[in-house]
Amino acid sequence: MGDIVTLIAKRLGLGLITLLIISIIIFFMVELLPGDIAQAVLGQGATEENLAALREQMGLNKPSIVRYFEWLGGAVVGDFGESIVTGERVSAVISDRLVNTLFLAAYAAVIAVPFAITLGIIVALLRNTLFDRVANVLTLTSISSPEFFLGYVLILFLAVKSSAFPAIASLSGDLSFGELLHRTFLPALTLVLVVTAHMMRMTRAAIINLLASPYIEMARLKGTPPWKVIVKHALPNAWAPIINVVALNLAYLITGVVLVEVVFVYPGIGQSLVDAVSKRDFPVVQACCLIFAATFILLNLAADVGAILTNPRLRHPK
Amino acid sequence: MTDMTNNDPMKKKQVLLEIKDLKIEGYTGENWVPIIKGVDLTLHRGEVMGLIGESGAGKSTIGAAAMGYARDGTRIVEGSSIEFDGIELTTSTSAEKRALRGSRIAYVAQSAAASFNPAHKLIDQHTEAPVQYRIKKRLEAQEDAIELYERLRLPNPEEIGFRYPHQVSGGQLQRAMTAMAMACRPDLIIFDEPTTALDVTTQIEVLAAIRDIVDQFNTAAIYITHDLAVVAQMADTIKVLLKGEEVEEAPTEQMLKNPKEDYTKSLWAVRSFERPQKERPKNATPLVSVQNIDAAYTGGVKVLDNVSFDIHEGMTVAVVGESGSGKSTTARVITGLLPPSNGQVLFRGEPLPPKYTDRSKDQLRQAQMIYQMADTALNPKVRISEIIGRPARFYSGLSGTALKSRVDELLDLIELEPSKYYDRFPPELSGGQKQRIGIARALAAEPSFIICDEVTSALDQLVAEGILRLLDRLQKELNLAYMFITHDLATVRAIADEVVVMQHGKVVEQGPKTEMFTPPHHPYTDLLLSSVPEMDPNWLTTLLEERGVDNVGEAADV
Repeated sequence: MGDIVTLIAKRLGLGLITLLIISIIIFFMVELLPGDIAQAVLGQGATEENLAALREQMGLNKPSIVRYFEWLGGAVVGDFGESIVTGERVSAVISDRLVNTLFLAAYAAVIAVPFAITLGIIVALLRNTLFDRVANVLTLTSISSPEFFLGYVLILFLAVKSSAFPAIASLSGDLSFGELLHRTFLPALTLVLVVTAHMMRMTRAAIINLLASPYIEMARLKGTPPWKVIVKHALPNAWAPIINVVALNLAYLITGVVLVEVVFVYPGIGQSLVDAVSKRDFPVVQACCLIFAATFILLNLAADVGAILTNPRLRHPK
Repeated sequence: MTDMTNNDPMKKKQVLLEIKDLKIEGYTGENWVPIIKGVDLTLHRGEVMGLIGESGAGKSTIGAAAMGYARDGTRIVEGSSIEFDGIELTTSTSAEKRALRGSRIAYVAQSAAASFNPAHKLIDQHTEAPVQYRIKKRLEAQEDAIELYERLRLPNPEEIGFRYPHQVSGGQLQRAMTAMAMACRPDLIIFDEPTTALDVTTQIEVLAAIRDIVDQFNTAAIYITHDLAVVAQMADTIKVLLKGEEVEEAPTEQMLKNPKEDYTKSLWAVRSFERPQKERPKNATPLVSVQNIDAAYTGGVKVLDNVSFDIHEGMTVAVVGESGSGKSTTARVITGLLPPSNGQVLFRGEPLPPKYTDRSKDQLRQAQMIYQMADTALNPKVRISEIIGRPARFYSGLSGTALKSRVDELLDLIELEPSKYYDRFPPELSGGQKQRIGIARALAAEPSFIICDEVTSALDQLVAEGILRLLDRLQKELNLAYMFITHDLATVRAIADEVVVMQHGKVVEQGPKTEMFTPPHHPYTDLLLSSVPEMDPNWLTTLLEERGVDNVGEAADV
């Protein structure tokens, strides 16, 4: 087991270095944009004196390296500075929305991951049958249609025509957990439809890929029923690629949901990123980018570790 | 034995498996081509039948068909009949066939390492069939497994089943698989080349274990192999197959003494090739001199320990030993792929730089390699002309027509028609032809020394013999020195001038071939020599009596 601990520690270290490099890129990309924060705050009509005074006040006259380290030092403890539009702490603005986004992502993931993997196992078992083809066509259709379109279709049928679920997922006041689930069901369902195809097809491919292995033939020649051949003999050896695709899709659920949030007017972090970009609210943009990068790195790390843990050679050394 | 004078009247000849006019077709991507062209087979209870033939003869396909199983991409043609104990398998439903598999007909695969699922413990895989068929409860099945492990003389029978496949050695896995096949006490076991992937010393213990257990439970078996000496130990009857058709069938003794068909005779005669042994030239500088080499892979333990031997011009030195004894590592040190941690390699008396990147082109060209798996050693997407042409261009700077005529000359040397093979790709060639291309590629560099790493062990005997004859001819014509890495002592007997025996990364004995094959031997050499199966059907019995059943294979470590 000691091997695995060092392995995880190594990956974690590499992840931190990657994150550091990304933070440099994020910070200096914003620096490269024409104009600076002072100009953005004061607008077109600002006088030179006003600008100079504000720059002095915001510390913009310091060399960019110094400001980078100040920003990084703050980011490490969760302080991303102040929004230049509203003057609120960035952390305060973002944290609520981040929680909302994480909730929606978790909601979608809890449905999508088991659904996609189960479906993948079933189509692997019934490969090349009508069911396999229909499942493939349906999931591919859902992944190929734009998310906002899927969202509107769901609104049309499930909110407007049958009014089973609300069309707008606003989170106001105190909601019980059940109500919360009911209200956010449509955006979650949209996300489920978007991410299922990927995971299902990878599960199917990873399992079918193994079916030519000698140990699968051995299982068949032992008289193992087909479903057991797939679930007991193929699946445990197919986890590594499946976990990787699952992790990528989970990352997408957190970072790629802007359109869904807009369609359902859901107060998530994607929306605040879009708002911040349009208002040139750089501290918020930087904070969001850093959070997204950390999400990707963390989930990929989790996928790597998961893939390692499913390999019996590493779990049970000689 | 199946003769009528069987002195046990209770053991009547009751037919267990009857295959009639078996035809199997395989899908090539365009159409169905026949693989098995009408084979009949009758197997009685308790009888062991050996199926032998070269690769492509359809042995494994028939073995699988005996379970009513057609591998992916093959199908059993209508009109074939496979009757197992009164049940017609060709017309049974898949559920009916599944009910037989594992419980009444079991299968032992060639590579136990690949056929055990890496994700589950051995004993869980063992108990799967009995629990599935509700023959035994899980715990009962586990106890039975442990008892079978004990009968098959596996070390630590109480504990070994609770390990994962990668934690157990190849020979032990093969025995564990035999135990697994026995789990439901089947009436018939199909053994598909169960010892082909094993070292000779390990092979013996597996053969002994299989024979014992088949005897004890009076199980019928189909034993598939390409090794005549092995089948002679195991089978009551032998059936010889060639390209999906039966050549002949007879009781073992009769088959060994008087084979009727020419093809069978040619199989029996294969081991006849032997070339005269050469003496070392006196006072000559050796072409390659390996001196006190120690080597280890990164961070690992020493795999070579003070290895020294000389190879003289125009001579063949065979390096023998079990897998893991350091034979291939020595080759890697000589070619510079693995710099040694101690010692040096001399070429014509001059030390070679330890790393291949530091060697000059001329030093590099002198030592070439031919690999065991011609399949993986040739890039499947590159034309033959380019595979052979590249080293000729790289080392000799040839181009244009000079290059083309050099490639033609090389193809001529390896006895392949240049106009026919020049533009082909490796997958279009047979195994033997691919190995010839590998030889031509080595020759293209105009070396004085070639390392042959198990070049014949993946080939059928007749094809292997052709390769050995070719190598011998090339040696005479081009005055080549060979380092011949092998675990097959028959090959050593055929072509070697000198022999180096390795064990655990050390040279245990070396000398001219005649000396090595005459006693007294080093105990390890003795163990290796006496472990090579012989055609005599009583060989295994005699050997086990001499050594004692508990003193074979890994247990006989010296």
